[in-house]
This record gives sequence, structure tokens and C-alpha cells, in this order.
Amino acid sequence: MTDQIRSDVTFPPDETLTPERARELGHELGLRGDEYDRIVGTLHRTPTVAELGMYSVMWSEHCSYKSSKIHLRQLAASAPWIVAGPGENAGVVDVGDGLAVAFKIESHNHPSFVEPVQGAMTGVGGILRDIFTMGARPIAVMDPLRFGDPGGWTDGAGRHHEPDPLQRRLIDGVVRGVGFYGNCVGVANIGGETVFDDTYAGNPLVNVLAIGVMQRDRLQLARAEAPGHLAVLLGSATGRDGIGGASVLASQEFDEGLEAKRPNVQVGDPFAEKLLIECCLELYERDLISGIQDMGAAGIACSTSELASAASMGMDVDLDAVHLREPSMESWEILCSESQERMLALVDPDEVTEVLAIAERWGVPASVIGEVVEGDALVLRRRGEVVADLPARSLADEGPTYDRAQQRPSSLDDYAAIDAESVATDQLAGGDLDAFALAFLASPNVASKRWVYEQYDQHVQAGTVLGPGMGDAGVVRLPGSRRAVACATDGNGRYCELDPAEGTKRIVAEAYRNVVCVGARPLGTTNCLNFGNPERPEIMWQLATSIAAMAEACAALGVPVTGGNVSLYNETKGAAIHPTPVIGILGVLEDAGDAIGAAYENENDLVFLLGAPTKEGLAGSDLQRYLGLPLGGVLAPTDLELEAVIGEVLQLAAREGYVSSAHDVSGGGLLATLAESCAAGAIGVEVAIDTGLSPAQLLCSESPGRVVVTVASEHVRELAQLCADAGVALTDIGTVGGERLIIRDVIDLPLEEVETALLGGLAATLDG
Amino acid sequence: MRIGVVTFPGSLDDRDAQQAVRSCGGDAVALWYADADLKGVDAVVLPGGFSYGDYLRCGAVAHRAPVMSAVTAFVAEGGPVLGICNGFQVLCEAGLLPGALTRNEGLRFVCRDVALTIETADTAWTRAFSPGQVAIIPAKHGEGRYVADADTLDALEAEDRVVARYAAGCNPNGSLRDIAGVTNAARNVVGLMPHPEHAVDETLIGGIDGRGFFQSVMQGTPATSPA
Repeated sequence: MTDQIRSDVTFPPDETLTPERARELGHELGLRGDEYDRIVGTLHRTPTVAELGMYSVMWSEHCSYKSSKIHLRQLAASAPWIVAGPGENAGVVDVGDGLAVAFKIESHNHPSFVEPVQGAMTGVGGILRDIFTMGARPIAVMDPLRFGDPGGWTDGAGRHHEPDPLQRRLIDGVVRGVGFYGNCVGVANIGGETVFDDTYAGNPLVNVLAIGVMQRDRLQLARAEAPGHLAVLLGSATGRDGIGGASVLASQEFDEGLEAKRPNVQVGDPFAEKLLIECCLELYERDLISGIQDMGAAGIACSTSELASAASMGMDVDLDAVHLREPSMESWEILCSESQERMLALVDPDEVTEVLAIAERWGVPASVIGEVVEGDALVLRRRGEVVADLPARSLADEGPTYDRAQQRPSSLDDYAAIDAESVATDQLAGGDLDAFALAFLASPNVASKRWVYEQYDQHVQAGTVLGPGMGDAGVVRLPGSRRAVACATDGNGRYCELDPAEGTKRIVAEAYRNVVCVGARPLGTTNCLNFGNPERPEIMWQLATSIAAMAEACAALGVPVTGGNVSLYNETKGAAIHPTPVIGILGVLEDAGDAIGAAYENENDLVFLLGAPTKEGLAGSDLQRYLGLPLGGVLAPTDLELEAVIGEVLQLAAREGYVSSAHDVSGGGLLATLAESCAAGAIGVEVAIDTGLSPAQLLCSESPGRVVVTVASEHVRELAQLCADAGVALTDIGTVGGERLIIRDVIDLPLEEVETALLGGLAATLDG
Repeated sequence: MRIGVVTFPGSLDDRDAQQAVRSCGGDAVALWYADADLKGVDAVVLPGGFSYGDYLRCGAVAHRAPVMSAVTAFVAEGGPVLGICNGFQVLCEAGLLPGALTRNEGLRFVCRDVALTIETADTAWTRAFSPGQVAIIPAKHGEGRYVADADTLDALEAEDRVVARYAAGCNPNGSLRDIAGVTNAARNVVGLMPHPEHAVDETLIGGIDGRGFFQSVMQGTPATSPA
């Protein structure tokens, strides 16, 4: 340490540490030795208890992105319609009509494993705050969830999976938590994913995406630009709940002692959030806010330092003014508390009376806790004495970053050596393809997720055009406009375990395809990177490889990344999850009435396969898992150029009204695609497909670039012309109608049995 | 026609109900829970949502809000009032409708479109329907199981005060006798568990069968009180 150590500042005795004890405490709080040295180098003295607490949370993996930051830089992208990009609380895109839409995805994996209901609830609450911090009213949420196998079903190899009480408790709790928070706060759920795989048995993934809308000129920024403006803490009282919750829980892996971590999980209060939303929106509407930041991870430490640092300013904060749940709280506890439903708003002193009156009208507790000052110092006082005095940017923006070692896992070669494509027909229910189809459609991963989404309000705010299970993307109309936004989330840990680069490209393409299937123009991407421990070179290689592939795919498809979230240390007892980037893509429809669903609608509509032909594609597939075959094989490359052209064609076709339905072929293959569209429309279909492939491939291949569209006969010529002009193949495969699902020479099933299997399969597994 | 929609803390479908009123040709007037003032409206909607978070028994706090004294007086004068979902719960708590709404039999929140059989057209809010007509209306609630003692249920049926029932196989919550909505003796107050305000716009999910409830009240004369 060459920096001079200052000794001219003093702090209250209970805040003062000896250098030895400070280093030791830093270590207990998760700070590495060199990170501790960096703090001393910044402060030129031994940090106080409060300061150590703040650095430890702000420099945690969760808050600082220290392992991923250097890789995430390649996602920096721009487009004329991007209003706010990475680094803000949420991405914001211009959707026309003077409106802008904020959207972002975030994880709440670790808290949800420790306490599923509260973990999931606060996950929803946190992402909603990210949205309304930007000035937007939250209008929709989506929830990509991943659990271990719940059991209670028999796989395609005839092996009965015994019910797993832990997984069932997690599934039940997380769905209740997502549901109760979203339902109670009044934001419609328009879709998501639910995946069951053993890889998540010790580490479920609870990701939540939220979407909000605002007048474009109402964008709020998390910047403390006006010296003299007052910092007003709005919302719930600060308590001891969740101290180090996100920052500690989410920044290390689990071993034993889950119960002991329960106090680290925050407790959600959706009613308080609802009042806070209405209060903040009214404050924005009246133009009373000069900067605002939500309080999630690291609470007051984070919001004060980020606001100040973003504008190269400082802030004086009086911790005695913070409304507390427990007056006995120590300074560091107040600073690091992750009590939910709180915001820090910056207000002109002349308008603070009006702000407090609005808060009171909404029943939102509020206190003036500080002031923006010139300079860069964040100074915090308790009982009249300074307990922390540090450069705001050292907390918020100058944390450590690591270029961690990477190593390609040798297991990739083992996976590639597996022949995934040769699945014999007698492996499918002994060759009884009808029986196979029904059992496969009823299996937990393929079956409709109705059991989940029926627990969510899909209607509130009167905007839902396509809800869960109705289209390839959720679609919600914007208030006061004909426009609508569409959003889809996709992830596939199995693909990314086999090949993080190709797997990531494939899921970006799938999310993009889902958005264009409903007829929307894709505008931007948000992402949630769920990976294992980045200190292991193999994990770091997966993460870096996946990010690079995402950058490439998003650039090729014209969907810039506007933000996201990184969740690392998703491991329990040393076993990492499959690398699971989850991609959310948002698009816009100029007219909500143009949205295209997945349901077959009209008798005698013609059925076409649009895009690539069906090719071998069972590597990492749902069929492979269903049959209990080892994960393996080689992913065929995704043709991003073709995907982009398919996107253009489907957007035009929707606008011109050429197609009645569109549904892509992905997990579960063509069988799942056809069955889902039949069940959604309560009408049958008959197709004949000549591929020369085996029945397993024909039914269940997940080869990319394929969309099934249905077309009224009067529009066939126009659609064919559109496809010919674009150079996209359009293959006539059959006709909508009747009460059977028929794939000629392969399966022939009554619609009723398909519906029972597909729509009732998950309920039978979980409630049975 | 001016139709007031009350916002309680935690009301969620209040702006939706206003939008539904407008889309059916009425003027929507926002009413605030803390003001005992109905602003001279011709009818009142108590909307769905989670007033006070539903942390206590649903509607138990909201029914004590100042606006409810004005609503009670309005009801006494024969003014039409529709309580939807949480609004239905508030009306039951306020004693303006009989019975109570308890946790769904399945102990889970349920969001699905349900088929309702309209049992009576003789209320302020259903006169645009014909008895026996089926309407598909979205239901979404965790505590929508209608219960009352047998005498009350018998009386409701005898007096033709069951407004709507869940059609066979569509009861989402275990409501006794499949009751989805009831009216008071004067037939001006209706409580309905499913959400007609979410079934008024053909671009949106939920269909358009809910329009009839709003069109009914806009047909003019308030329902008359039977003996």
C-alpha cells in the first residue's frame, strides 16, 4: 500500500475498527484481501463498520457484476429507437405514438430456493420497481421458471418418477409467490416458461420479466444532478429483513444450512408496492422528481451512491431521518437493509411539501433523509456523527472487475460423441406412435403450463391481446393507443450445456421467432444469465462464450440488448446448473388487432410449413430427456439470416392479414406445435409430411427456422408470393378441420384425447 | 349516463371498469374512497382488486371507508350499484348483500373464462339479458366461493335473487349452488364474482359478453323494488 494513511478523521467508537479487525470483518462479509486493500487505498484509512458493510454489498457479485462486466461490454448496442440501454434500471425503447416501453428481466433464484413464496414475491416486486423507476407504469409480467423434476409421472423409457416433495413445495411456493404479488399489485401475467430438469433440483431458477409503458418525455433518470435537491425515501419502513439478501445469497453457492439463510430473504408487500407505484406515477405526472432510484439489493447504500455517482455529485444523508421498523438498528444495518417497496426520490426543496402531501394521500410513508451536494463525497451521519464518508463512485462504479480464467469443458467432446439422432421407432412406446404421442404431450415439460398460469391474473389493466398459451408471444395493448407490444422469453439449458455458443444463438433466434409469429417488429433484447460459479474456469468459459454468441445473434437479428441481469453461483454442493441464459425479446405491433395467435381458427384453412425444412434435431431435445437418453449430440447451426427473413415475412403477413395463425416449431417438435394449436383452437388438423426422416425426427426434431402457419384459401396466393419474393420456402402440409389430429401414416388421434393430455397433463402430475 | 367507479387503496380493475363504461357508451366518473361524495353519479361500480392487499378478510377494511356511507345512502334511494369481485366482497361486508365469499375450494387463485347462466333479468344490471342466457365472462380470484346458510340460499332462490350461476362444470371455486352473483331485495345492488369489465373489447382476451351488464344499467329507469 503506497497510499498515505489518514489519521485525522475520527468516527464514533462503535464504528471504529482496528486495521486487523477491519480486514477480518471484511473477509467475513465476503471481501477478498485485495478487495479490502483497495478500500483502504480509496479511503486512505481503515474503513468504519458502516463503510465495510456498504463496500461488501456494493462490491458483491450481484451488485457489481465483477465477473461479467468485461464480457457484457460487447453487448453495448444502439439503434435509433433505443431510449435507454444497459446500465439503466431497465431498457427503454421508443414504440411510436409518443410512447416508450421499459422492459427488463431479473432473477431471484437463490432467495426462492431458501423461501419460495417470499423469494418469488420479492422477485416480482423488484423487477416492477426497476420498471416504474424509469417512469413507466408496469403493465405486464412474464415468469420463466425452472425446477427439478416434480415426479409423479412415467417417462418414455417406462421409468416411473416418484413424486419429489421438495420440488413440489418449490413449484407450489414459487407459483403462489409470483401469483400473489402480481395479482395483488395488479399487473397482468402474459406468459413465461416452466421447465423441469434435474439440473435445477438443487437450484431452481426464478426469473421475472416486466414491461411498462410511459409517455416518451416522462423518462426518469437515476441521476442526482441538482445540488440542494432533497433525497426523499418513499415507501416501507426500513427493517432488518433481507440484510445482505440479494447481495449475499446471490453471490455464493449453497451448501448446507438453507434454514439459517432464511433471515436473508426479504419479505414482499404487494399492497405497499401498489400504493408506491401510484404515488410515483403521480409524482412523475406532476413533474416533481429530478432523479429517482429504487432500493433493492444493498438498499440505501446502493441508491444513494448510484444516484450521486451517476451525476458525479455527492450526497449528505442523515440516517436518523430514515423511518425504521426497529429503532435499535445499527448504521450498517440501515444502510444495507434490503427491505422491499422503497424508492429514493430527489426533489426540489420548494416542492417537497407537495411531494409529501401526495405520498400521504396514497398512504405511502415518506421521509427526507438527505441532500444532493457538490463534490463526490457520500457522507452518512447517525446521531449527529459521521459514520461513513467515502467517494460515491468508489461504491457504485469503481468496484473490482475480474477477467477470470476460462477453460473449455472437456465434457463438450463427450456430449458431441453421442449419437442423438438415431432414435428407433420401437423406442417410442414400442412403436405405438399414438400412445407415445399422448404420453409425450402429457409429460411435464411438453404439457401446457395452464396449471401455472391459471393462478395468475391475465386481464388486469385491460390490455391483454394474447395471454399465456394463446400465441408464441404475450401481447398487450398500450393504454390510449392502438399499438401493442409483444414479448417472448426463451431459454434452454440443455442446448447451452451441449454448446453454449450455438445454444445461445438458437434461443435468441427462438425468442425472435416467437415475437414475429404474433406479427410484431422486434425492437430489443433483455437477458438473464443464469450460470454457476464463475471462479471455476469451465463456468467462466460457458458464460463468456454465451455472451459472445448473444452479441452476435442480437446484432444479426437487429435486436440490441437493452439490459439484463447476471445470476452466478447457481450451484449447490459443487454441482452447477446447466448454463441457462434466458432471453426476452420485445416487439411492437402498430395495431393490436393485427396480432396473430397460435390457435387454429377456421375449418379448411390450409396449413403450411414456412422456413427451413425439418431436419434431424434431437440433440438436447425434449424427446431425448423424455426417453431418459443421455444428454448429448451436436446442435445444428442456426441460420440467423434465414430467421431474419422469416421475421420480415411474418410481420408483413400479419399486417396484411394473410395468416390466421402462426406457431413456431421448437421444444417438443412438430408434434407439440400441431397439438398446441389444435388444443388452443379446439379444432383438428390433418397434415402429411414427406421428409424421409424417422418418425422420432418427424415428430420431435427441434431443428430451427420452422414456423407452421395457417392461411385462408383466398390468401394463399398472396402469402406464396410474399415468401417467393423473400426466398423463404413455403410447403403445403395439410388442412385445418375436423376433430382429430392426424399426421398421415404416423399418428391419428381424437382431438379430445390430445386436449386431455396436453392441457391436463401437468395438473394430473402435480395434483394427482 | 354518469357511472362512478370507486378507487380504494389496492383497487386494481378501477380504470378497467371506467374504460368498460366508456366503451359501452357511458361517462365514467372516478370516485375516491376517502370522499363521502358520489359526485351526483347515476350508478356506482365497486371494482375488483385487492383493497388493502386482502391482508385481512377481503373487503373488511374497504367497507368502512368514507365513500361507503355515501354508497349506502345511494342504495337506500334505489341507486344502482354493481360490485365486481373485490367489490362484491365489499358489498357483503357492508351488509348490502347477503352471504360471504371465502377461499376457493381448491385453495388456489383461479383465472379462467367461465360460462355463466344469467338467472334473472330483473335487476338494474341484467335487464339487457334474458333469463337462461349464457355469458362467457373471465373469473379471477382467490376468494370467490359464495357461501350463506341454507335459509338464506333458499330465500335468494325463492325471491329470484340469484343473478348468475356458473354453468355446469364451470364452478371455479366451489360456490354453493353454483352462485356467481346475487342481488338485494330491492334489486338495485348486484354483486358478481366474475369480471364483466374484462369482457367488453373484442381486441382483448375475455370476449364481449360483459357488455350486457353495463348496457343494462344504461337502459334508464332503476329497477323497482318488489314487495
